[in-house]
Amino acid sequence: MSTSSTKTDKDKEGCLSTRGRLWFTALTGQLGKSTDKLDPDSVLVADATIDNAQAKFLCVVPDANARFPRARDGEVGLEEAYALAAHVREVMNSHKTGERRPIVAIVDVKSQAYGRREETAAIHQAAAVAADAYASARMAGHPVIALVVGQALSGAFLTHGYQANRILALDDPGVVIHAMHKEAAARVTRRTVKELDKLAETIVPLSYDIKDYAKLGILYELLQVTDAENPQAADVELVKKAISAAIVDARKGPKDLSCRWLSKEAATTRGATLKTREAMFAQWAKDN
Amino acid sequence: MTSGTKVSPEDTGTANPTQPQSSTQRDSFIELNGRERAIALFDQNSWRELLGPFDRIESPWLMPQNVTPEADDGCIIIKGKIDGASTVVISMESAFQGGSLGEVSGAKICAALDLACRDNENGIKTSAVLLLETGGVRLTEANLGLAAVAEIISSLLSLRKQAPIVCLSAGTVGCFGGMSLVAALSSYMVMTVEGRLGLNGPEVIEQEHGVEEFDSSDRALIWAIDGGEQRYATGLADVLVKDDVGEIRAAVKALLKKGVPSTNRSEQVELYRNRIAALNTATQWDPADLRKTWNRENSK
Repeated sequence: MSTSSTKTDKDKEGCLSTRGRLWFTALTGQLGKSTDKLDPDSVLVADATIDNAQAKFLCVVPDANARFPRARDGEVGLEEAYALAAHVREVMNSHKTGERRPIVAIVDVKSQAYGRREETAAIHQAAAVAADAYASARMAGHPVIALVVGQALSGAFLTHGYQANRILALDDPGVVIHAMHKEAAARVTRRTVKELDKLAETIVPLSYDIKDYAKLGILYELLQVTDAENPQAADVELVKKAISAAIVDARKGPKDLSCRWLSKEAATTRGATLKTREAMFAQWAKDN
Repeated sequence: MTSGTKVSPEDTGTANPTQPQSSTQRDSFIELNGRERAIALFDQNSWRELLGPFDRIESPWLMPQNVTPEADDGCIIIKGKIDGASTVVISMESAFQGGSLGEVSGAKICAALDLACRDNENGIKTSAVLLLETGGVRLTEANLGLAAVAEIISSLLSLRKQAPIVCLSAGTVGCFGGMSLVAALSSYMVMTVEGRLGLNGPEVIEQEHGVEEFDSSDRALIWAIDGGEQRYATGLADVLVKDDVGEIRAAVKALLKKGVPSTNRSEQVELYRNRIAALNTATQWDPADLRKTWNRENSK
């Protein structure tokens, strides 16, 4: 289901998003087919050079022949989540000392897989295993960079990308970071899509516009590319440079996610977060 | 009812406004509200609430949407002693916005976990208990709710290395959405038969893929998949308890006493990956069949 009414949004019925695969190939120069036979074809994986160093690139893409019927359109399902976790853990296990290898998650995921099989086989557990792997890699000193080139929605983003030290996103109408796709969010909050759009003009966290998301202070950088759907050489260079800079910056900073609420933008939009934290810190210590 | 941890009739020396009248009468935990649930776990007079309703730290996003905010944002944080040991209990109030996670409730949880982590680093051992009665991210705060889940996950994983984290799904809302990941990342998961645990709620699945995929009016199906008995039998929960204050309190105490486990469930990549690979995806499954291959004895 579409989350954006823009013309550039390819994620319409019968037209699956190709953004993840395109950017993966453009940045790594590889097709990303895994040699691990447990990996589904929907998970692309490559070791590629960025700024004279090796990094692990991971991406989830649509696969019309996926084993699980509800994970064929680019959703993050059970197999995808465990494959991501396995690759992230493999990077951690083979680089336990010295400068830790960066991990780059290329993100274009429309949702987690919504299905009866998925619930029965505990997709919450699969998502947690992947989030644990990404977060553990970050805390072990691996720079984890998320590059959002399309959709980054809900449980899918929690599974793949949201534990990154630094989140980069293309400044493009087809790039959406959100808790739920627009039609479903309108339905759950008992509004029309039009009403939701109107509210989102003033209530920043409701907005589906990536420029509004950037105001929350969670993004590290919004990248200006000429064509998000057809990466050109200059755009690829620009994105590579941005990833390299983010890796360097991540190595210097704390390994937690505090940069997200300590950012310049968060001081304005996340005042309630800051006030809550300050009050909790003040009240906590009283009996220690 | 079976239980993974031996529980004994509860001692009577602890604070609890609803002590059982006799040993045969059940003292329901589910019927307590979020604050009462948290208080019921603590040693008598050992606790205090942090950022309680009188501090009035409310969501700034709800009033402009004509939704009345709550003075505690539906999230109760209580710090005190359980069996004499420092513990913070985090309780989601399902009566407010379905126990959903917003910016303020998210920041309360994240800050409490960070502070517990800091205490452990300073030699003050502090554990955490999360009473997760929640539908997940509050969609009226959308992106800040989702961001809060990611931040809670990170803070929880830092604390989990130092102290045990016990999560409970008692019922009746269950634990769904992003907060189901938090449950799966805990050191120990406790459920009642009435409790439920899953990423996508039945209504959402039905809306996305139709009633053939998931009939959200079929309560037997819902509990067969998400219910405490099934999650326990398939090794995805550590303890199954009755809806009883004393039994739940004893289970939580026993788990806190066990300390940090050698391996956490969410670190078990290969075990679960192989289980998924072995599943035949051509048809839907009878959840009861899954118990044969995913039995709890081979889950750790």
